[in-house]
Amino acid sequence: MATCRIEDVLAKAEKDESEKLKSITVHKDLDLEFDPGHLLAFDKNRIDSREFKGNNREDLLRSLARDNTQLLINELWKLPTERVKDVIVAKLPEPTTALPREKPPPKPKPPTKWEQFAKLKGIQKKKKTNLVWDEVHKEWRRRWGYKRAKDDTKEWLIEVPASADPKEDQFAKKNKAKKERVAKNEFNRLKNIARAQKIKVPGMGLAPTSRQSKSELAQAASVAKISTASVGKFQENLAKEKTPKNTGKRRKFQPVIGDFSGERQKQLDLLKLMGSKKPRLDVTKAVNKQMREEDMESSEKKKKGPGKKGRKGNMSGKGKGNVKGRPGGKGKVPKGKGRKPPMKQGRR
Amino acid sequence: MTQSDGIVRPKTKRSKRFLESRAPKLIENVKNGMIIKGGNTSETVTQALKDVYALKKPGAVLYKKKNIVRPFEDSTALEFFSKKSDCSLFLFGSHNKKRPHNLIFGRMFDFHVLDMFELGIEKFVSLKDVKKDKCPEGTKPMLVFAGELFDTDNEHKRLRNVLTDFFCGPRVNAVRLAGLEHVLHFTALDDKIYMRSYKVLLKKSGCRTPRIELEEIGPSFDFVMRRSHMASDDLFRSAHRRPKGVKPKKKKNISHDAFGTRLGRIHMQKQNLDKLQTRKMKGLKKRKGEITADVTSPKLPRTDE
Repeated sequence: MATCRIEDVLAKAEKDESEKLKSITVHKDLDLEFDPGHLLAFDKNRIDSREFKGNNREDLLRSLARDNTQLLINELWKLPTERVKDVIVAKLPEPTTALPREKPPPKPKPPTKWEQFAKLKGIQKKKKTNLVWDEVHKEWRRRWGYKRAKDDTKEWLIEVPASADPKEDQFAKKNKAKKERVAKNEFNRLKNIARAQKIKVPGMGLAPTSRQSKSELAQAASVAKISTASVGKFQENLAKEKTPKNTGKRRKFQPVIGDFSGERQKQLDLLKLMGSKKPRLDVTKAVNKQMREEDMESSEKKKKGPGKKGRKGNMSGKGKGNVKGRPGGKGKVPKGKGRKPPMKQGRR
Repeated sequence: MTQSDGIVRPKTKRSKRFLESRAPKLIENVKNGMIIKGGNTSETVTQALKDVYALKKPGAVLYKKKNIVRPFEDSTALEFFSKKSDCSLFLFGSHNKKRPHNLIFGRMFDFHVLDMFELGIEKFVSLKDVKKDKCPEGTKPMLVFAGELFDTDNEHKRLRNVLTDFFCGPRVNAVRLAGLEHVLHFTALDDKIYMRSYKVLLKKSGCRTPRIELEEIGPSFDFVMRRSHMASDDLFRSAHRRPKGVKPKKKKNISHDAFGTRLGRIHMQKQNLDKLQTRKMKGLKKRKGEITADVTSPKLPRTDE
């Protein structure tokens, strides 16, 4: 009697179990493929197209969907769960379906100039605190930036060092130094970026950007013109190009009222020069000039031959006389005005 | 933002953040979709676009104006839009006599078209025609694909990939079990694809896993496959290339045996077994001044020389 009861109990327990599971089990010919990372399920089973064509298409689809969803839910309920603020949450694994990326992966940036140097020397980055104690203001201030701890430019009293000029504005000097540092930093930052992007940082106007103005183009053309071995001396002008008149060094003039002692000294020197009787002669220049004239004479003699010797003889005399008879001045001879232009070697 | 040589330098922190969010990254953002209307659209198509937008919110933008674009001939306009709005998925709807009620699902890689699939709508039930309670917007849907065509045919395989990409939503680490409410079911049969959207009701069953009941909500489409443009194999492979930082590191020297126990391997240097420290036997310890058997060479006697 007892054994019957035990058997009955066991059989009943099994039946209950199967009934419980019946509500969630689904029979499929082929198992589904799951991707819990994406909450995805893929059913490869064949769908009978004959049944489909009837009127009960929607019902068929719905029952198919229900079965598949049940299986997916079963799969998701198997995942490890945890409790997050009185909510049960299942942790999803990595998704298995490979979806393509949106953009290509980022390229590693080349190290900056400082980073290269630090790597070479083995300098490690030291972690610094955000705030620094400022004695002057007696509070914690940030290390750099707005209202920083030791701001050079915000001092109200600067002692003039003994070596400096008493008339120099020390405050302006500090401000200027700060601006220069900022500009230098910005320049280095941009150079690092340019190196990273492998863009050539050009001189003036040489790398074409988007719309360039007329002046920029003219500047680029002039830079290109003087980029020859003889600094553009033999470059012919283009069709409608005009040679710029204001090339060359611009003269710097001293301010009208400034250096009184310097001006006094200059005036005295000039008077002394004018009063002295000694000629001012630049020896090297005179010698060079002499040599050049002799060369010219010899070449002309060779070319013209004996017929025109008489005239040449006169000319050379005049040239020589010029050198000897001009002691004064600064030793400079006007180039274009008083002399015949040199003969070009090419024409024979 | 200052611009020189085509590179934009941000001047404010906000613009810097904006540019950084659009820059290529190791782990990418959620893909956004843009929903565009073509030169001529029918009522069905406009309603369909609005419904898909409702499904894909908030990761989608719906453009209201019509754009005369032919994606299969010239995709430069689409690429321009995607670059401007930073969307890599697109859905283009149009209607003409030759291709009535046309939808083109597509995706981009690096702002160039990767795949495009043209599907024609044969039957469409809109969201507003179904008078039931809908799921809240932004719920991550469960996706189910049925039909052996999705496995055997190349086009259908790629279409499955595109549809997963389009509807899957943001990548999450964990999901609230009670919040799994929405399921999108795609069935492929005889060159037709049926898309249905259901709300999931979790009913009590005897055990821990609940019993599912489905209620149809949402748009239902009967699609027919028309043209498609699939990316070449090497472009597809290069789109999948993962940078080194993202690949999960393989854990070495850990294995599991048949019983499920976790075994590890430790690599040791070569040990001198003579000098190996084993258990300490305090009684056997050598003490100072004791004569032991190990002494072999006695001290030589000192000789006075």
